[in-house]
Amino acid sequence: MNHFPQAWGRPRDDIYGHYNSSYLQTANPTQHTQSPVVTGTSVVAIKYKDGVVIAADNLASYGSLARFTDVKRLRKFNSSTVLGFGGDVSDMQYLDRLLNDLDVKENYSHADDEASQLSANNLHTYLSKVMYKRRTDFNPLWNHILVAGISSESEPFLASVDLLGTTFSSPSLATGYGAHLAQPIMRKLVPDEEAVKGISKEQAVDVVKECMKVLFYRDARSMDGYSIAVISKEGIEIKENEKLENQSWQFAERIRGYGTQVN
Amino acid sequence: MFRNNYDNDAITFSPQGRIFQVEYAQEAVKQGSVVVGIVSKTHVVLAALKRNAEELSSYQKKIIPIDSHYGIALAGLASDARVLSNFMKQQSLASRLNYDRAIPLAEITQRIGDRAQKNTQEYGKRPYGVGLLIAGVDARGPHLFEFQPSGVTQEMIASGIGARSQMARTYLERNLDQFEGSGREELVKHALRALKDSLSQDKELTVDNTSIGIAGVGEDFKLYEGAEISSWLETTFENKADDEETAAPETMEVDS
Repeated sequence: MNHFPQAWGRPRDDIYGHYNSSYLQTANPTQHTQSPVVTGTSVVAIKYKDGVVIAADNLASYGSLARFTDVKRLRKFNSSTVLGFGGDVSDMQYLDRLLNDLDVKENYSHADDEASQLSANNLHTYLSKVMYKRRTDFNPLWNHILVAGISSESEPFLASVDLLGTTFSSPSLATGYGAHLAQPIMRKLVPDEEAVKGISKEQAVDVVKECMKVLFYRDARSMDGYSIAVISKEGIEIKENEKLENQSWQFAERIRGYGTQVN
Repeated sequence: MFRNNYDNDAITFSPQGRIFQVEYAQEAVKQGSVVVGIVSKTHVVLAALKRNAEELSSYQKKIIPIDSHYGIALAGLASDARVLSNFMKQQSLASRLNYDRAIPLAEITQRIGDRAQKNTQEYGKRPYGVGLLIAGVDARGPHLFEFQPSGVTQEMIASGIGARSQMARTYLERNLDQFEGSGREELVKHALRALKDSLSQDKELTVDNTSIGIAGVGEDFKLYEGAEISSWLETTFENKADDEETAAPETMEVDS
């Protein structure tokens, strides 16, 4: 009889040999995300005189593999805000649940009145705190988020928050590849806040569609199926199964030096 | 020594379905000096009568600004009010930090209500011995809420709590339909008249013993005391004779 309680219920050493207890070790060091896994690419958004237009394609890539082709990366929050998620899709889904909880909680306290609902700037501040908390824990949520909507002052609102909790705001914003390829196109239309007042909804939608097309041409992690949302005081119009139109790949013929065509 | 067997702790029902300690806490509110609050479409006003323990001491604070958009008036144990007001200040600041939003008054009222209710259901605790009027402006406009030691909270059009407050409430009930359309100055006058009605005969409203708190649409909550309120006191009570006739209380029940 072995009198050590820690040995009770274990295979006996004298029969089975020394038990390799390394298999019992469950307390591995805590691991945090070191890089995103399933990812969404760019989100683009632009303000116009009465609201904001935001778009993102419906692709979730697993590395360079186009793994899921119907992932909606725009998320509505009450009647004032649409969020666009770039980066890790599982972290996006976590934030989605978090925002659902927040929405339920808010609706318990003031469901019936529009005035005290969380507006776009409230939501952006909240998300920035969540993201900054997580990066401070060395366990970031690997996303770059655009918050598009109507602020508590009933003005069009567009701002971004990234995995470090960094926030900034501009008349036009784009995450990921879009920051390089789409942002210059949108800036030509709205160089500053002043220019926003002269932009119609149609102009804003057109430039966003143009940006999605350019991104599809040049971003290998993008797709031609996308979602687009228009947020104004009248409410949110969201279309989740749009296709890129009027593509022209003529420019591709002149591209030499990589791919199958070597020179 | 005890009034009965069911008031030794704050959580046990009497066979009649009462919790005596909560009722005693409500008595503590009636010991505090009177405060009134009135809300209109555009403004909300608090008016309070301050007491000094002795001639040589200062007056006890009755109105506490909490956040830039609202404040509270208290009747009862001032130290309990301080605990609650500190909690409210923290919650209000947290709302501004985390959501960039001035906390809605209904929400902060509910939070102190929940906190006070816990004290009537957990062993070894006691209810807060203070009643509050919470007044301010949020995204939905001006609001006035009343808080009681039991944890009961209600939105009010006008309210008065504290010693002899029945007189003030009678005034408020009589003039109820005038409040909604009242402007800032009218509302202050109503509040001061209501306050004056609940004064005992030997007392007067002076710049030293009166506090006024005002918030309005586009106007932050501000506490007015001392010289700032002298003109309100003068203009409100210049036609004294008329006032006394219309507001002369008949036989009324008086608490305390």
